[in-house]
Amino acid sequence: MGATVSTLAYLAASVLFILALRGLSHPETSRQGNVFGMVGMAIAIVATLFRPGMSGGGVALVLLGLAAGGAGGYVIAQRIQMTALPQLVAAFHSLVGMAAVFVAAAALYAPESFGIGTRGHVKTASLVEMSLGLAIGAVTFSGSVIAFLKLDGRMSGAPILFRNQHLLNLGLGILLLLLVIGFVGSGSEALFWLIALLSFALGFLLIIPIGGADMPVVVSMLNSYSGWAAAGIGFTVGNLLLIITGALVGASGAILSYIMCKGMNRSIVNVLLGGFGTEGGAAAAARADRGPVKVGSPEDAAFIMKNASKVIIVPGYGMAVAQAQQVVREMADLLKKEGVEVKYAIHPVAGRMPGHMNVLLAEANVPYDEVFELEEINPEFAEADVAYVIGANDVTNPAAKTDPSSPIYGMPILDVEKAKTVFFVKRSMASGYAGVDNELFYRPNTMMLFGDAKKVTQEIVQALQR
Amino acid sequence: MNPTELANQAAATAQRALELAEQARRAAEAAAAAAAPAAAAAEPFLYLLTIFLLACFVGYYVVWNVTPALHSPLMAVTNAISSVIVVGAILATGLATSWVAVVFGFLATVLAAVNIFGGFLVTRRMLAMFKRKG
Repeated sequence: MGATVSTLAYLAASVLFILALRGLSHPETSRQGNVFGMVGMAIAIVATLFRPGMSGGGVALVLLGLAAGGAGGYVIAQRIQMTALPQLVAAFHSLVGMAAVFVAAAALYAPESFGIGTRGHVKTASLVEMSLGLAIGAVTFSGSVIAFLKLDGRMSGAPILFRNQHLLNLGLGILLLLLVIGFVGSGSEALFWLIALLSFALGFLLIIPIGGADMPVVVSMLNSYSGWAAAGIGFTVGNLLLIITGALVGASGAILSYIMCKGMNRSIVNVLLGGFGTEGGAAAAARADRGPVKVGSPEDAAFIMKNASKVIIVPGYGMAVAQAQQVVREMADLLKKEGVEVKYAIHPVAGRMPGHMNVLLAEANVPYDEVFELEEINPEFAEADVAYVIGANDVTNPAAKTDPSSPIYGMPILDVEKAKTVFFVKRSMASGYAGVDNELFYRPNTMMLFGDAKKVTQEIVQALQR
Repeated sequence: MNPTELANQAAATAQRALELAEQARRAAEAAAAAAAPAAAAAEPFLYLLTIFLLACFVGYYVVWNVTPALHSPLMAVTNAISSVIVVGAILATGLATSWVAVVFGFLATVLAAVNIFGGFLVTRRMLAMFKRKG
């Protein structure tokens, strides 16, 4: 296959990838979009295998690699629980990062394959691009590994902080820049591996100070990095498809990071510096004497909701932890049978990755047209009889609107306080991730339902069935 | 001034103009020769950079159109398509003359393949769950 044909094939793949993202504008077109993505990838791979100069043994080796990796990926994707999705995505990001490191290394040792010089005499421009692809890929790899460990619970979600942390990172960043300059000047293979090592360390250090609930930003950011890494490799090997795809993915991750930061009213710098929510614990304890809270029983909740005309369910990460989505849907079904209108309200940063709650609810067979985003649903709380808050806290805290001294001030919240009755399903009175007390707990129209989210909801379901 | 003198002067001027033109042509040639390597080196990069920036804009507008409900599948599918880095890995494996590069290319192929199959499949699983009422 000639160069023109493969270039055209790459162009077709690029267009198909754009259509794959375009399809996600609506659930009905999304499945077709995913097919476009698969076809694009198949075209890209086949076109590359037929490029002139490919050796028979090389093609065989590639096919072996594709089969081995593909089988592994297939099994993982089939077996993974939907609740483990955030850590799966983080793990997949790390693979893209490592693949970028390997391709950069291959380009360094066999530059002839990509027409960028000979070993030891690689073009200067290509060395710049190679070091960028390498550094971003390595940071993506180690950063994603830490994100994976935190999301999977193999490492505490608590921020890890130490003295002069940011100074150390800054120093390492400057050292990295110097190494890149040295590498570009000399093309030295030793410096290449030093850059890789330092970038691995930097990725690790950048993510450890970031707490669990900030993971939606981290995962989006690493998503973006994996795109920039692919684009960097695309520049190195002069491949348009890699550049276009890398730009698409990079832009996508950047937009998601922006949306997540906006959902918390924090800047990306504030999130990256980390340590959020570690100092508020004492303040919350000091304010705990706000007066009595009303504690309700599942039977009370069942009675009130049965007689309501509109119930809005507000799920948060606690629902995911308790795996309560299925039983929440059962409760909603029973309420609907009683003639109650049921809707779901999702905060942009609920859960551990963008859109996490939507996937969990979809898994529990909640129709997507009953699930609403913050802007759509907020005006409806005033006309709702019940807001059922399950495993969410900070995203409902009115202090975000009224208390300029609160760490969450300015964050968009779900206006659950406007509902006639608010139920909070919580394990205890503990404050949320931001470490701030929620004044809603002490309001007369609020009723606390203490216990495991799944167990409490199950008891409501039993009471409704009686 | 008699016609002969005038003709001579005109001829001399013409001669001078010719010389100047020749000089200019040589200067232009020299400049082009000097500029050519620079242009050849800069052009492919600028060409790639142009495509890259335009693709960033396409990505920007397409992704803002993605419904927030599908942000998780968006991450999964972008993750799958960023494994298009497999193209670089295949070229490294199939074209390389150095066994070190072949090893790196092969490892990159395996990692990217995990991602391609895993990413698209998990996206498909997620999207299959998004159903309408009733």
